[in-house]
Amino acid sequence: MAEFELKKYDEVPIGGVVTGGATPELNETGDWRSNRPIFDEDKCIQCLLCWSHCPDASFYIEDEEVQGIDYDHCKGCGICAEICPVDAITMVPEGEDSEDE
Amino acid sequence: MSNGNRQVLTGHQVVANAMRQVDPDVVAAYPITPQSEIVEYFSKFVADGKVDSEVITVESEHSAMSACVGSSAAGARTMTATASQGLALMLEIVYIAASMRAPIVMTVANRALSGPINIHCDHSDSMAARDSGVIQIYGEDAQEAYDFTLMAQRLAENEDVLLPVMVTLDGFTLTHTAQVAELLPDDTVTDFVGEYEPLYPLLDVDNPTTQGPFDMPDYYFEHKLQQVEAMNNVPEKFLEVQEEFSDLSDREYSGLFESYRLDDADYAIVLLGSTAGTAKVVVDELRDKGKKVGLLKPWMFRPFPAEEMKEALKEKEAVAVFDRSLSFGSSGPLYLEVSSALSHEDNKPRLYNYTYGLGGRDIAEGHIAEVFEDLENPDLESKMHYINART
Ligand code: SF4
Ligand code: SF4
Repeated sequence: MAEFELKKYDEVPIGGVVTGGATPELNETGDWRSNRPIFDEDKCIQCLLCWSHCPDASFYIEDEEVQGIDYDHCKGCGICAEICPVDAITMVPEGEDSEDE
Repeated sequence: MSNGNRQVLTGHQVVANAMRQVDPDVVAAYPITPQSEIVEYFSKFVADGKVDSEVITVESEHSAMSACVGSSAAGARTMTATASQGLALMLEIVYIAASMRAPIVMTVANRALSGPINIHCDHSDSMAARDSGVIQIYGEDAQEAYDFTLMAQRLAENEDVLLPVMVTLDGFTLTHTAQVAELLPDDTVTDFVGEYEPLYPLLDVDNPTTQGPFDMPDYYFEHKLQQVEAMNNVPEKFLEVQEEFSDLSDREYSGLFESYRLDDADYAIVLLGSTAGTAKVVVDELRDKGKKVGLLKPWMFRPFPAEEMKEALKEKEAVAVFDRSLSFGSSGPLYLEVSSALSHEDNKPRLYNYTYGLGGRDIAEGHIAEVFEDLENPDLESKMHYINART
């Protein structure tokens, strides 16, 4: 977790607006996941359905191919495992399989 | 001076014309009696090409205000209108509009909240929204509803305010009756409301922002303090806008409330909305008989002008505060405000609470005259009094 200095009410933008964009990069929000998606590169056919369905944009993509999963932001919702047409993603209880960490 | 024209119009038509002249980018609304015709007339203006707004027809008021919040966050000038159950359904998102500092201007055609189901006027709908963070202005007639709708635009979008504004007019009494109202020329309104320059338009992709995010306990309180400060800035800004507006219309607005023959009065009634018209007739009649009576009609209920009202009322002998809504198990909301405003005065007036007009119950001159008579009695009971109800 990045450390932020707590500011006074008149030192932050009004209305809770966060300026600057790309704010998720500053906040690791994956720490309450109870199930972890495990990506099997050998089974993957690179259809990118997981990437387009992930509500947390947690797939690392390079050259239009899935490289792995961003566990700093993945919430463990399981949508990617559901959507994958070739079962290249399996959900395992958090802590039981820590490879890829 | 105004070059406007006096016309016979219903409250609906007057507000729809104010909206047409404001020319908002977006209006999202859902029909509900007695508001529906406002957006109907406005939609006709859009269909006839008289105004360039996007009207979003949604499936509920919850969606209407949600669409308004999205539109306002995008940077669009946004308006809506509702009443009663519609406002109740919308209320969750009204809080969010206020917290996201969305300067949405909304009309509320006051109508009783169910149940029992009733379509007629009282103030229970807007009073339910009084803690939402919306600015509330109550109009006495169609003219005031028109004038305040235009002023609301400037107030909402003032950089020291940036809050939603609710302008109310009594359902049926004002919405469905034809009244003489003077509309300003279109270009005068265009100049008066000016261009809206949003502070953080979401569609400004060169300056990306996150809007409406989650707050942990470490920032929620501070964001609420920002709303407190914005609300505190409202009275001064409202007076500035009133001054400017008075210069271009034939109407004089200079205050957070209207004082009618109040200065030297010993006995005063405080009430909101259209009943002020009836009360003024009674005040005039009693004045002709030598009675020192007067009326205080708040325009602004949120923020509540406590300090100014204390000054206006503290020397009075007795004051009756009329509420057109109930707060079950307590006094009426207007009474509580007036009572709180006077609470630190040593020789404060005797203060009484009257509930009237629930669900459209009539209130006539005689009822108001009786209250002034009541006030002369130093032994008048300080329980809740109910006007024209079969107690
Ligand atoms: S489990 Fe959910 S959040 Fe995590 S990568 Fe899959 S789709 Fe994204
Ligand atoms: S959905 Fe499955 S097959 Fe398609 S890219 Fe994702 S992991 Fe690979």
